[in-house]
Amino acid sequence: MEKPVLIREDGLRHDGRRPDELRPIRMEVGILKNADGSALVQFGKTKVIAAVYGPREIHPKHLTLPDRALIRCRYHMAPFSTSERKSPAPSRREIELSKVIREALEATIFTEYFPRTTIDVFIEVLQADGGTRTAGLTAASLAVVDAGIPMKDLVAAVAVGKVDGVLVLDIDEIEDEFGEADMPVAMMPSLDRIVLLQLNGVLTREEFRNALELAKKGIMEIYRLQKESLTKKYLMYPEE
Amino acid sequence: MSLTPTSQPIMPRLKRDTLISLLKKGNRIDGRAPEDYRPITIQLNPIPKAEGSALVKIGDTMVMTGVKTEIGEPFRDRPFEGVLQVHAEYVPLASPSFEPGPPDENAIEAARVIDRCLREPKAIKLDELVIIPGRKVWVIFNDIYLIDHDGNVVDAGALATMAALNTTKLPKIIGIEGDNVVIDRGVRETPLPLSLNVVTVTLAKIGGYIIVDPNLDEELIADARLTIGFDSLGRIVGLQKMGMSGFTRSELDYAIDLAFKKAKELHELLEKVLKNPETASKPIV
Repeated sequence: MEKPVLIREDGLRHDGRRPDELRPIRMEVGILKNADGSALVQFGKTKVIAAVYGPREIHPKHLTLPDRALIRCRYHMAPFSTSERKSPAPSRREIELSKVIREALEATIFTEYFPRTTIDVFIEVLQADGGTRTAGLTAASLAVVDAGIPMKDLVAAVAVGKVDGVLVLDIDEIEDEFGEADMPVAMMPSLDRIVLLQLNGVLTREEFRNALELAKKGIMEIYRLQKESLTKKYLMYPEE
Repeated sequence: MSLTPTSQPIMPRLKRDTLISLLKKGNRIDGRAPEDYRPITIQLNPIPKAEGSALVKIGDTMVMTGVKTEIGEPFRDRPFEGVLQVHAEYVPLASPSFEPGPPDENAIEAARVIDRCLREPKAIKLDELVIIPGRKVWVIFNDIYLIDHDGNVVDAGALATMAALNTTKLPKIIGIEGDNVVIDRGVRETPLPLSLNVVTVTLAKIGGYIIVDPNLDEELIADARLTIGFDSLGRIVGLQKMGMSGFTRSELDYAIDLAFKKAKELHELLEKVLKNPETASKPIV
């Protein structure tokens, strides 16, 4: 496939977005019956659901931690989520992403409140169009709240990219594939703490600083939407 | 599935208070300053059977990288490029907490971070590794082998990898019949085409202090770690935050500036070793 024009002559992106514009975002909390907490998050065509089970008993028992809850996390892509069928067996990429997502959640969950238990976080990518780890983490953090597990802050995440020399917010698959850099960032927004940071690409130090600033801007908007979706589910107004 | 690590030694936790009180005075448990690396030694070509190899010690951490090459097929979406594969093995002889079996998430993460740092700035000119366009290319297997684990495997692995790639020579192609490429592994002439060098710098955050090149004790009690890849042009070519806590933006700014300085030193060391292999490359094993 030939490299498409990523930044058009009018300065907009291939899908008509401004460089600092997010895709249309949809969030739904509590979509699954069985899970203790769940959420669906959509960034454009990227569609991810997350479910949280726990705090619950650990099997096998020897994994028990005496002073805190264990967190188990699986990021997984459905075989039909990509253009070419993805084998359902865990890839090296999925193993790495499960780790960085778990580490981001460890930073925010009060695990010491639930010693000797496990909190299981399952993320399924149903449709992948770029930014699946960040959508997955955004969904997972909503699902943890939905499960009633205390957290220091929500985690909101977005990927910043560099395409045709321009820093852009919330890159999709085409921009990821043909762009020069992809930098996923997750933050605890109120605490202003970066809990996930990766870079796949080349940036100068100046560009990195600007990219982080751009990510923060997107994250504040995602954070607002997260709170809105939680309010919609949990805040009750007395009827007439 | 990724699990909270459970097999960590208990001692380092008890050392945490000691380490932090030392850091308050600007000291570390092994006498280093917060921005110091441990002594680094590089040995080039310890494994002459491999097409390229290097052994790197950072303090007591010892990592070997071996490069093997094969003729293979290109990826379908990259028909005019050679193939690079980076793998890391944390073998059980390197640490009492390692077990036999396929690479765990830590080994996979380290390999993938180093892979990205090489791939993104096009450190290896993969487009020059094509033999029959679209059909036959060189496949470069870069295997990182952790031999003794005392923390900061990524930096040692990246340094060993870069040194090994610089020593790599491709076997001679002696005949091409149709799609069949015949090579002679006994004759190695063409150096692997490289465009620039890449190093990584890993920092750890312990109780609000940022330190360079954490040893194993420091790594185990660190709140979080950050690995930053820099190429020889001073550009950031990779980032990976690791560990169960986060960084503030001012901590990140400080870390990047510090890592930039340290990366320069590592690039100089690597250059020195590569230019004077006789004097600067020390036999370790």
